[in-house]
Amino acid sequence: MDLWFTEYYTKNARFSIKIDKPVISLESEFQRIDVFDSCAFGRVLVLDGYLMLTEKDEFIYHEMMTHIPMAVNPEISDVLVIGAGDGGVIRELAKYDSVKRIDMVEIDEMVVDVCRKYLPQTACRLDDPRVNIYFEDGLKFVRRKNNEYDLVIVDSTDPFGPGEDLFTKEFYGNCYKALKEAGIMVNQHESPYYPNDAKAMQKAHKQIKSVFPVALIYQAHIPTYPSGHWLFGFASKGLDPIADLDGRWDSLGLKTRYYNTELHKGCFALPTYVKELMENA
Amino acid sequence: MDQRHAPIYEALEKHRSDRIVHFDVPGHKGGRGNKELTDFLGEKCLRADVNSMKPLDNLNHPVSVIKDAQQLAAEAFGANSCFFVVNGTTAAVQAMVMSSCKAGEKIIMPRNVHISAINALILSGAIPVYIDPGINNRLGIALGMSTDDIKKGIEENPDARAILVNNPTYYGICSNLREIVELAHSHNMLVLVDEAHGTHFYFGDDMPVSAMEAGADMASVSMHKTGGSLTQSSLLLCGENVNCDYVRQIIGLTQTTSASYLLLTSLDLARKNLSLNGREIFRKTVEFAEYARREINSLGGYYAFSKELVDYDSVYDFDVTKLSINTRDTGLAGIEVYDILRDDYGIQVEFGDLGNILAIVSAGDRAMEIERLISALYEIKRLYSREPKGMLDHNYINPEVVYTPQKAFYSEKKIMPLRDSKGRVSGEFVMAYPPGIPVLAPGERITGEIIDYIAYAKEKGSLLMGTQDMRMENILVVEG
Repeated sequence: MDLWFTEYYTKNARFSIKIDKPVISLESEFQRIDVFDSCAFGRVLVLDGYLMLTEKDEFIYHEMMTHIPMAVNPEISDVLVIGAGDGGVIRELAKYDSVKRIDMVEIDEMVVDVCRKYLPQTACRLDDPRVNIYFEDGLKFVRRKNNEYDLVIVDSTDPFGPGEDLFTKEFYGNCYKALKEAGIMVNQHESPYYPNDAKAMQKAHKQIKSVFPVALIYQAHIPTYPSGHWLFGFASKGLDPIADLDGRWDSLGLKTRYYNTELHKGCFALPTYVKELMENA
Repeated sequence: MDQRHAPIYEALEKHRSDRIVHFDVPGHKGGRGNKELTDFLGEKCLRADVNSMKPLDNLNHPVSVIKDAQQLAAEAFGANSCFFVVNGTTAAVQAMVMSSCKAGEKIIMPRNVHISAINALILSGAIPVYIDPGINNRLGIALGMSTDDIKKGIEENPDARAILVNNPTYYGICSNLREIVELAHSHNMLVLVDEAHGTHFYFGDDMPVSAMEAGADMASVSMHKTGGSLTQSSLLLCGENVNCDYVRQIIGLTQTTSASYLLLTSLDLARKNLSLNGREIFRKTVEFAEYARREINSLGGYYAFSKELVDYDSVYDFDVTKLSINTRDTGLAGIEVYDILRDDYGIQVEFGDLGNILAIVSAGDRAMEIERLISALYEIKRLYSREPKGMLDHNYINPEVVYTPQKAFYSEKKIMPLRDSKGRVSGEFVMAYPPGIPVLAPGERITGEIIDYIAYAKEKGSLLMGTQDMRMENILVVEG
């Protein structure tokens, strides 16, 4: 049997993974949810036909979303995570004893149910007592919050579909308001390569820059995301991701596979064409 | 034939499958003659853009599928007869006025009507008798007509032929239609209702009374506004006191002889959808609007008004599907909030005037868009609010009518700077669009207050139009 999953990056470029076995396929109120097993990448989660994570390379994304801000301010205790139904970011956050509260807001309860059942690798810490899960729209949740969090992690899907309000100026503005004085916001920032992704990335950067005094971009290499070159946003009310990095994170002795503090300093150095995209945003 | 049918749509489907060869207009021939347009709109759309022909009937002389579709619409709206109108609700309003009043005959109306009604007076030569609609000072908006004022208007003008009511207003304010109908009919006057913003009254639960249900004689319904048909398509509903064959002739005076089948089909399918699903559609709309109103009112600075305005007189009822939001306490003019929403947040609302914005909510919305609107309003307040000082907030000035609109429009006129025109009689319109309610109509006295109002509205970014001078620095005034 020759069964393949294909995601179209553009009309003229696509990425395929051979399916070993389909695991489950469901339709939630918001989207279609598929899980399948593959030889190349292990178990794979797909939402509305877009690949969200694979067992083999999810560590890169989740470590980079979490440890960058945590290393800049290891005293972070109150964290708001938007999206993240797979639990990967939660798993990384749960490694920190300093974190006292993790509010996770996911619009689609079915994604969390599916991940608990079929993706224990990422969902393993969702039952940590510090985690409170709210099943509602991220924007609706955050607009009621004022000066409450040290860190907001926006682990969104794409700027179309159920997560599109997480790419808007009003969302970033409300995140700013939800953050305390030393607050940091980190967000999934799309890819700079394919034109439509690049446009989304530019738009998001422009909006974040209009809201936060510090708005930078960092990168990672993720084999199963379009072009493999993925960006993240680091925005803060003042903390600088490199100048404010000191030896504290290394002394925590946390075990990671992608992240380290050397890479931390390097990942904010961007290719020239990406810098130009940001300047012209 | 019942409401599950859509005769025009069905005839077009058959026409499509018959693969007729076209040696008639339109010359794009199913889109083949205009590739870029076809790529943009889609081939299906272009192939439905056909001319009237025997199997598809003719809007100006309907005998088959258009006649059936209009009959189904009449039944759905509880009317005696119904006309599909493809020149906008503007044409429907004009047909109402022109089929009830001839030149020199009087029509009673509030002054805060849409420009289309006053345009009809220019075309027909009918004479307006304006009723002061009353103002809510806090909101700066004109209300409905009070029945006492109408009674007075009728007694002073027993020769008037008709009363025109705009119900609901753009903001959602309703007048006491049933009583107006009773008063008018007992004095042999027709009741014409500009129901442009009230399609949903015919289908939703717990809605204000609709024109046909209240016994009005004619109503213009903008199906394209909240009914789901394409922009520019509209319905004219008639009751039993109206000679509908005469109305058809009047419509024919100005309506195109090449009615668009895209518009006609959209009316047909929108009527079918409303008949079958309207209750649910408007239940959802009300739910969205009520939620948004509650949340916006908890933000502070904004006032999303609703039924608490009802006083059973000049506000007889309120249309809760309208999300009208007063912005005064944020220190921002409605038009400023309107501009920031679009320019900075990518959110387009229906209009902003000096004190309010209006967001149109429909079943086509998703919870996410509602959250975006609420959060953007919060952000605007957080970032831009200021002391509400020096704000001009009324959007309605009661006019002094010197000449009828037709006489003023066609009289000898001269052009002069607007700022020097105090005391003169205007020969043209000035209005902010939307909402399209004239600040000045032809024949009205220009006052200092009106000049200040126009300057203020311009400064705040309102789109002002109506004068020959596109920059609105000069105005045509009546000579002498």
